[in-house]
Amino acid sequence: MGKRHWILLGAIVAVIIIAAVLWLFPKERWGTVFSLLLVFGGLVALLLRSLYAKEVERRIIFLFILVAVAAPILFPITFTEKPTAVVQAVFDKIENLPSGSTVLLSFDFDPAMAPEVQPMANAISRHCLEKGHKVIFMSLWATGQALLSQSLSDYILLGFPDKVDGVDYVNIGYKAGNEGVLNVIVSNFEKMFPTDVNSVPLKDIRIFDDIASAKDVDFIMSIGGGMPGPKEWVLFVGDPGDVDVGVGVAAVVAPQMYPYYPAQVIGILGGVKGAAEYEYALKDAYPVFADMDTPGLRMMGPQTLAHIVILSFIVIGNIIYFRGRRERKQ
Amino acid sequence: MFKRRIPLFILAFVGTLLIVSVFIPPMENLGEDFTLFFDIIAVFAFFLGGGNLVRIHFGKLRRRKKDWGFSIVTLVAFFFMLTIGLLKVSSVGGVWNIPLLGIGDPAAIAASPTTEGSWFQETFNYVINPLQSTMYALLAFFVASASYRAFRAKNREATLLLLAAFIILLGRTPFGMELTRWVPESFSVLQIPNMAIWIMNSPNLAGQRAILIGIGLGVVSMSLRLILGIERSYLGEDRG
Repeated sequence: MGKRHWILLGAIVAVIIIAAVLWLFPKERWGTVFSLLLVFGGLVALLLRSLYAKEVERRIIFLFILVAVAAPILFPITFTEKPTAVVQAVFDKIENLPSGSTVLLSFDFDPAMAPEVQPMANAISRHCLEKGHKVIFMSLWATGQALLSQSLSDYILLGFPDKVDGVDYVNIGYKAGNEGVLNVIVSNFEKMFPTDVNSVPLKDIRIFDDIASAKDVDFIMSIGGGMPGPKEWVLFVGDPGDVDVGVGVAAVVAPQMYPYYPAQVIGILGGVKGAAEYEYALKDAYPVFADMDTPGLRMMGPQTLAHIVILSFIVIGNIIYFRGRRERKQ
Repeated sequence: MFKRRIPLFILAFVGTLLIVSVFIPPMENLGEDFTLFFDIIAVFAFFLGGGNLVRIHFGKLRRRKKDWGFSIVTLVAFFFMLTIGLLKVSSVGGVWNIPLLGIGDPAAIAASPTTEGSWFQETFNYVINPLQSTMYALLAFFVASASYRAFRAKNREATLLLLAAFIILLGRTPFGMELTRWVPESFSVLQIPNMAIWIMNSPNLAGQRAILIGIGLGVVSMSLRLILGIERSYLGEDRG
């Protein structure tokens, strides 16, 4: 068969597939089905091509990743999640604390890391406020304070109009000094944070009536992934202050936190998957959050498809390698 | 002579004092006080850092060095952020507030620079945030390309790495769960997400702990070298 015949055959197959999709699926699923067909059809074509030991160009890989990430954003694909033990441990800890307990949430990340960890920060904040815990928000990163303000005004507080600043929650903001900040707040909050972000003295804020240092809070959740971040919270506050610490980290940082689990870190939320599992657990336990925006769950679509594309390229790369090696031997 | 001895003495004194303070309860507060001193010194470092940035980029501009155009962008961005942050410039509902210049609400001087309507926060939301997110998002493309080239079963070690990567990548998606949902609960360790957790919890843990212990010992020995004056490279000397 010549090249023209192949093109004609391809066009006929494409028309049949398009007709089948239009006939079999409802209109609202067409985008999803076509994009999946495009990705998987392309991968099958590359797989067949790899049998001839032909390397794939970098721009082709980039194109596949672009479609794999963009398609589930444009045409959402959602999955159900089963919280793993490391995520469930954090959920249970917050769930089992008596109402009115004090939880410290530290936003130790920047905009680069935010898409991965901000969804979990928002979900945990909502969980704490819904349970009636008092929440102290802070940040060890200069960029974290801006993200914290954004989270509070655009997401977290929207669902809790009755919560009062200084009584139910407080934002003490950012302080430079990295682990030095932790070294001080483990014995004295006021020395390092004389006021909150609105310049209200800490001694005038009701939450701090019974809280003199980080040792006095019931649970610390550090969300981040860089330095200073979750690891420093464990080393400088959790251990010396004997306070339970949970961490939410970017996926690439999660392996570094496992040495501390479960003795020094009670649970780990790793990347978008960790956020999605937490959001799922939260929606499952609280019907009030049924309509809550769940960016973690939404992002699992692009992540899943991107992972499948990467795995397929690993397989294709190995086929090309072994075919090439055999040809070279012959 | 003093140029070298004074910094050596300061480091030896402070280092020894801070180590001793951990073991003597009445001296415990010293650690906190020194941290506050560190904060004060860090403020000067901010000035030095900012001053240095301005000096270098003005120099580059004056001499029309290669890529001097980027220096203009750097300087404009630097002074813009510095001005709106220091003056706490904000505009809410068309009402301008520059409390330090006596414009608008004078009470706004106590507000955080990251409150709604503040130019500092708006610039962060609409410039810094998307720029940094875009840079990080590009990683997905390079990770895919690198995985295709690097994860090849060329030998036993590479095959092990490849298998571990495969399980972790699958385990981080619901697809991994779906693939092995049929595995009975009594063999749940064979479900891909649980296998991914096992890899993180056992082989990864062993490696990470070894690295951590190594780093810890390295930090102790380097601290001792600094306190005892053996390590002097921070003074600009090449050898210890």
